[in-house]
Amino acid sequence: MQQKIIEGIINGDRRMVARAISLIEDEASEKETILSAIFPYTGKAYCLGITGAPGAGKSSLVDQLLVLLRRQGLRVGVIAVDPTSPFTGGAILGDRIRMQEHALDKAVFIRSMGTRGNLGGLSRATKDVIQILDAFGKDVVIIETVGVGQSEVDIIKYADTTVVVLTPASGDSVQTIKAGIMEIADVFVVNKADLPGADRTVSEISMMLDLGGKKRAWRPPIVRTITLDGSGVGELHRALLDHREYLTSSGRLEKAREDRVRRDIVDLIEYKVKSTIWRQVSGSAEFELLVSRIMSRETDPYAAAVQILRSINLNGLSP
Amino acid sequence: MREEKKIRVLVAKPGLDGHDRGAKVVARALRDAGMEVVYTGLHQTAEQVVEAAIQEDVDIIGLSILSGAHLTIFPRVCQLLRENNAEDIIVMGGGTIPDEDIEELISKGFARALFTPGATSAEIVGWIRKVTAEN
Ligand SMILES: Nc1nc2c(ncn2[C@@H]2O[C@H](COP(=O)(O)OP(=O)(O)OP(=O)(O)O)[C@@H](O)[C@H]2O)c(=O)[nH]1
Ligand SMILES: [Mg+2]
Repeated sequence: MQQKIIEGIINGDRRMVARAISLIEDEASEKETILSAIFPYTGKAYCLGITGAPGAGKSSLVDQLLVLLRRQGLRVGVIAVDPTSPFTGGAILGDRIRMQEHALDKAVFIRSMGTRGNLGGLSRATKDVIQILDAFGKDVVIIETVGVGQSEVDIIKYADTTVVVLTPASGDSVQTIKAGIMEIADVFVVNKADLPGADRTVSEISMMLDLGGKKRAWRPPIVRTITLDGSGVGELHRALLDHREYLTSSGRLEKAREDRVRRDIVDLIEYKVKSTIWRQVSGSAEFELLVSRIMSRETDPYAAAVQILRSINLNGLSP
Repeated sequence: MREEKKIRVLVAKPGLDGHDRGAKVVARALRDAGMEVVYTGLHQTAEQVVEAAIQEDVDIIGLSILSGAHLTIFPRVCQLLRENNAEDIIVMGGGTIPDEDIEELISKGFARALFTPGATSAEIVGWIRKVTAEN
């Protein structure tokens, strides 16, 4: 089965791609073998992140960008992330509603994912799913993420270009937008520019950018869009191309990708060490004994941690 | 740290008629039961439903029917699933479907279960859990 899936991904079988994504999301045992095997076929996709407040118009923008990217003849994968309910683990994934026009285009592959309890706002699996879509032959992978609070900052870990979508009304005057989100934008979109207040939003963003003071090599452009009639989407597309050109010609793309590899390895090591330790420790008699000894003040958490670490066996690191 | 396999359900409202209240109620109930519901909205063709189901790798396709188009839509969805080697995806439905049509669709294998408006969320959730566990 594993082999069939791997071959399927490389040969462009979307059923196998879809299956592989589920295995990754479910943290199945086949996951690492699949990702290792397809790795040589990755590295070609350009990754575009789109984030912003709920209802800002992210999916509608993706829908319209798809039109332009397809006109260029590019094959596109979309990963649309919606929040998982922390109480039930369930989710309603509704981003496809806005992308129905592309449902039958065989060069477009859309996958909806729940965050599944990952605080990053991006599903833990996102990074791996990008790899699958890359190996599948997508030229561009678009990630739409839930923009709640600080979490969307995670997106710059995976995206080559990050678009932050704001809207005029919504009371989210730029000053009130959480610190962090302004910094991650490579391109700003003020969507719903048909609503009153768009000018103000644009100038607020502009002021914010000037406030930084320091001269930047790339000043994020601010694009107004109205997805209802498509205005501004062409300009957005050009801004994305400009940014890509800037990253490529300045060598930053290469550098960012190298940094990403570094971080990936560290993340993987951390994850493996953690899960191995946890498997040996959780619920073990020694662990429970230490808990009660700490409760009765016979020992302390610091000493206990050291004692447990001494007994850990890291030789057979678990996947 | 393998997670439990999540049940994924595609909920669509094919056909041309207006509202999707029923479909939304079911979608919420399934979410509250811990499932992932891919909601694709109104006016879906059978082709769109099947393509979405494949890309989303769902276990179940749930079609909400009000318009009386059920005698064409269910067979068509099943045919497309077969053409795409995806007949392991289970098809169910709900809505206003006359009893004799329900019998026909089920006996011909075009739907595994059809729930009429009287069905409770708990029944639907229980049924999905049961058939996905068997699959
Ligand atoms: N007036 C106006 N409404 C818009 C515009 N773009 C999108 N909308 C509306 O905004 C609502 C949300 O659009 P989506 O594209 O689903 O927004 P989103 O950011 O993907 O939403 P979530 O994924 O739920 O966070 C819809 O009702 C759209 O019709 C616009 O340019 N002008
Ligand atoms: Mg959306």
